Amino acid sequence: MTMPDPKTSPALDRSDSRVRHDEGIAGAIRAFIDRVRSGDLGMLPVAVGLVLIAVVFTSLNPVFLAPNNLVNLLFDAAAIGCISLGIVCVLMLGQIDLSVGSMSGLASAMVGVLWINMGLPVVVAILAALSAGAVMGLIYGMLLNRFGMPSFVSTLAGLLAMLGMQLYILGPTGSINLSYSSPLVRFGQVMIMPAWLSYVLAVVPGIVMLAQGLRTMRLRAAANLSNAGISVLIAKTAMLTAALLIAVIYLNQGRGVPYMFGLFVLLVVIMNYALTRTKWGRSMFAVGGNTEAARRSGINVNRIRLSAFMLCSTLAALGGVLSAARLASSSQQAGTGDVNLNAIAAAVIGGTSLFGGRGSAWSALLGILVIQAISNGLTLLNLSSSLRYMITGAVLAIAVVVDSLARQSRASHGRA
Amino acid sequence: MTSQTTAQEPILKLRGVSKQFGAVSALSDIELDIHAGEVVALVGDNGAGKSTLVKVLAGVHQPTAGSIEFMGKPVTLDSPGTALEMGIATVFQDLALCENLDVVANLFLGHEIGPWALDEVQMEVRAWTLLQELAARIPSVREPIASLSGGQRQTVAIARSLLLDPKIIMLDEPTAALGVAQTAEVLNLIERVRDRGHGVVLISHNMEDVRAVADRIVVLRLGRNNGVFTQETTHEELVAAITGASENSVSRRRARKLEEVKQ
Repeated sequence: MTMPDPKTSPALDRSDSRVRHDEGIAGAIRAFIDRVRSGDLGMLPVAVGLVLIAVVFTSLNPVFLAPNNLVNLLFDAAAIGCISLGIVCVLMLGQIDLSVGSMSGLASAMVGVLWINMGLPVVVAILAALSAGAVMGLIYGMLLNRFGMPSFVSTLAGLLAMLGMQLYILGPTGSINLSYSSPLVRFGQVMIMPAWLSYVLAVVPGIVMLAQGLRTMRLRAAANLSNAGISVLIAKTAMLTAALLIAVIYLNQGRGVPYMFGLFVLLVVIMNYALTRTKWGRSMFAVGGNTEAARRSGINVNRIRLSAFMLCSTLAALGGVLSAARLASSSQQAGTGDVNLNAIAAAVIGGTSLFGGRGSAWSALLGILVIQAISNGLTLLNLSSSLRYMITGAVLAIAVVVDSLARQSRASHGRA
Repeated sequence: MTSQTTAQEPILKLRGVSKQFGAVSALSDIELDIHAGEVVALVGDNGAGKSTLVKVLAGVHQPTAGSIEFMGKPVTLDSPGTALEMGIATVFQDLALCENLDVVANLFLGHEIGPWALDEVQMEVRAWTLLQELAARIPSVREPIASLSGGQRQTVAIARSLLLDPKIIMLDEPTAALGVAQTAEVLNLIERVRDRGHGVVLISHNMEDVRAVADRIVVLRLGRNNGVFTQETTHEELVAAITGASENSVSRRRARKLEEVKQ
């Protein structure tokens, strides 16, 4: 094939005259408005929600926006955030894991029993807990693949079984205290990034985004494909870097950025790469969108399901380990109560659809910030947990309603 | 593979293939040969077993009995992936596209370039060139399939089957949803694929399309072979083979119309 002269012939993807092509910053904004109108809300509800929450709680109690309160919020967010990241994986396939709370509780109990009671090295205890998660996910996946057992039922069974297991291994005392001076608990309670590191980490995403964007633009130009324009790229990079820098500067007014939150964000970034830039991620979206179509294109649907359930349970176990570190104890209460629903709610609030085939790793991060901000704000107001449950429940209901409405709107606007 | 050997030896040979769904025999004792460089049309009434046969060859269903030989070797098509890798590509009647993914993602589904770091640029270029070869009218390959019309989806599905340069391509009712120009394009495409030395299996209810491109017309009736015909066969003979009798609703209707014209 001869290369067409780029000056005379339109770019390969610009030859259809019926399509309006948005270029430059104005075009990008117009395309964004179009997307939102058609029901492709993306991160918008979360952004609006966070602003609302911040305004309401700050007006009720100014401590809410104090840097150190936000640092605490980030410490608390990491554990359930990890669980939520796993939930994103199973929701992506249109499945559900209701046992993530129990899984995290069991993992936290395992760390306590193996490390404190049995005297094994803490690393071994953590690895054992993570392996237990992987095995549990494998079981769910196999129940679904072999017997067609709906994940709703199998994980409900797993919820009870693992809760029982957690109570069993904790024994009659029911609670094991972890030593405050141990690295694990310090990681969960006090370890903060040095200021210089947090600034570097705030700038890196922008640099990576710019480099990636320029590389893509060069490749696309060489292949005679159109580009959105360098102005959009620079604007996006500038906005991202500014937002991150402001956040980090503000947090550094207080204690700074917790390492534990950094670990969570790192996991989100890795998951985002895996979901959007690898064959595995593409297959996840395909299986969630149309399982039969995925199967007929030669995707091993069973293996994708296994991987999703194993990732979900392993991340839930990791969340349990982190929450044990945060609370400095392994107790019967770990993983009970609202942990389950908070993790699922976070993923849904962040924009991962309950119906499969739509979602992103970022939804775990953004969703958990919303959930944790609500919980933190209500705690500051000295409200009892009864009220907190009711309010969190209402927020989850609203999130699902928004998801359903957006889905109907997308259907009527010809978007999946 | 040389064209001489394949011209004599069929690429795909089915002997005594049967498929039962419980008490129902969807296919019994099917014999079918497909040579390189020929278009075989598979025709039959609703429920004749055409789609079941396609699904067996695509690895979606496993035959209850019988043998399948591909390139002279007996094979087991135990999954769609096996069939695809072997070089049997299928355009299903329901198209089997993922509505939540864009055109590029659907074209390359399961065969992405760069499994650990998807090469989106290269995939998009391949997608545009492939679609332009088919004279497709797709406004943007970055829109989700949900926003495309029926005909556009059909084109995407056909383009996908050609992506891996298969030895045999099976099209289940490829022109049912297409406009006049696109139907002609698909028929041209079928001839082009045949001329490149591939075998084509075409399922269609449209006798005009079948006659226009098919080298052989294989008739199925109630899950059994009911004769092999050529382009020269008359319409009446074909309909008789499809319905199982020369005295059938089609011929009766035609006779009645003739009567009305005479009066």
